[in-house]
Amino acid sequence: MLGRKGILYAMLLPGILLTFIFHYLPMIGLVISFQNFKPWLGITGSEWVGWENFQTVFEREDSLQVIWNTLFIACVKIIVNLVVPVVFALLLNEVRQARFKKTIQTLVYLPHFLSWVILGGIVIDILSSKGIVNTVILPTFGIDPILFMADGNWFRFVVIATDSWKEFGFATIVFLAALAGIDPSLYEAAEVDGAGRWKMTWHVTLPALVPIVIVVATLAMGNVLNAGFDQIFNLYNPLVYEKGDIIDTFVYRVGLLSSQFGLATAIGLFKSLIGFIMIIAAYQLASRFANYRIF
Amino acid sequence: MYYKSRPYRLFYAINIVILSLVSILCLIPLIHVLALSFSSGLAVETNQVSLWPIGFNLDSYSRTFADGAFLEALTNSVFRVVLGVSLGMLVTILTAYPLSKMDGGGLKGGKLIAWYFVFTMLFNGGLIPNYILIQKLHLMDSIWALVLPGALSIYNMILMLNFFRTIPKELEEASLIDGAGHLTTLFRIYIPVSLPSIATIALFVTVGSWNAWFDGLIYMHKENWPLSTLLQTMISAPDLSQKSVSESEIANLTERSLRAAKIFIGALPILLVYPFLQRFFVKGIVVGAVKG
Repeated sequence: MLGRKGILYAMLLPGILLTFIFHYLPMIGLVISFQNFKPWLGITGSEWVGWENFQTVFEREDSLQVIWNTLFIACVKIIVNLVVPVVFALLLNEVRQARFKKTIQTLVYLPHFLSWVILGGIVIDILSSKGIVNTVILPTFGIDPILFMADGNWFRFVVIATDSWKEFGFATIVFLAALAGIDPSLYEAAEVDGAGRWKMTWHVTLPALVPIVIVVATLAMGNVLNAGFDQIFNLYNPLVYEKGDIIDTFVYRVGLLSSQFGLATAIGLFKSLIGFIMIIAAYQLASRFANYRIF
Repeated sequence: MYYKSRPYRLFYAINIVILSLVSILCLIPLIHVLALSFSSGLAVETNQVSLWPIGFNLDSYSRTFADGAFLEALTNSVFRVVLGVSLGMLVTILTAYPLSKMDGGGLKGGKLIAWYFVFTMLFNGGLIPNYILIQKLHLMDSIWALVLPGALSIYNMILMLNFFRTIPKELEEASLIDGAGHLTTLFRIYIPVSLPSIATIALFVTVGSWNAWFDGLIYMHKENWPLSTLLQTMISAPDLSQKSVSESEIANLTERSLRAAKIFIGALPILLVYPFLQRFFVKGIVVGAVKG
């Protein structure tokens, strides 16, 4: 018979089991990054090759290029996806008509909920050589057509810009919540002291935002090698592999399409490890400087 | 008052214009694609369509729905969402409730168990080991391959847990004194009190599992693909050649308008639940994420 406390542990059991099977067992599976893994031989039967897969990763030109692409795209995304939402939240915070504010929020939150399958389809249609941007909008301003989806540098730009377009609205939520939490008497006091709106923003609003910005920024550090698989997979094509291929898409092609399991797992492990180290370091920073705790 | 000053009023006017433009920019691409899907093939190919359909017709839609694979994928998706959301919510609530008692000795070892879950957010095995696991478990081409791995989202579980913590202790104590066990307390008190939060999380899970496409692509056979996976392959590699298109149809159909229709059909369920989603989620997120 389960005691009153016992039932609590029983409730945890399904979650613990699911997590063990689908999260911890794959971690054990990471050992195949040290193997020349053959599916028909299995983990126990495949040949051990030591660090060979990792050596290959750091010797092959294509995998080095992929790591660099990932780092570049992910880091620019982290910065853009912090700056744009903060600025937008500050601008939106100035609006006094509640209805207008609500409408804006409804519109800008929407793209977050659509998948990259949908948005990728839209982006490709609009930006392709036959799309409305190249056939109507650019010619209106006398600009030559741009190969957004075929030129590597433009492709990177498209990836970063459309990611920001999808996520900036939703990312403003936490900042708006922080802005709404500012004590109004601070503004009244500033007003009495003769401060204009600019001074109020500088001395009251921004300092109040700093802690949440630190939290968001540090937690984003765990994503330094997360350039966005769903987005890139749905946007890229062989023409832009050189500048736009990232670790996750590379792992998919090398691992699942070309069956080089050991190599693909090795580069995947490299990515997971870097992410892990970054997030631990970031969490330490966040808890020290912004007093942030998960629980 | 600062907002009566002239420079501020100028700024305010410009600000309103900027905000309006930016938010319209979030919607315009969707409207453009919607217009394409309703337009005649000729208008689409000659780039006459901007935000309003030209040569209005529904051929792209009737053609898409006439496709048996499309309807089958739609059924697969609905099945997957219903199963995934009910199972996911059950496990999420069952896990969050005991963990919400980890402070103050309500659950011995609670912190440790919580970290057992959180660790999986920080580190993971990645694509290949997951793929091999599904193979070894003989879940390939089974609906469980789509439902089980993501059934317990740790992120949602933490949102739920933080919400449960805001429920006054007195409620639980009263119920326990009345002789109710934890299960009764959970189902009679905690769940009814937190329905808005549960609804929020359920909507999130619904959207997530409707949108999921990659797991279908790697784990399922073509006939069992959910709609998102089918759309993914259709949108990125569209193909008109396989099926015969009649003469009268071809005037209204191009690959582009057909693809536009598919994009819009894929987005439609999300657009339909969005008003509900939007009403709940701001509160839900803020309650869960910004812990006092």
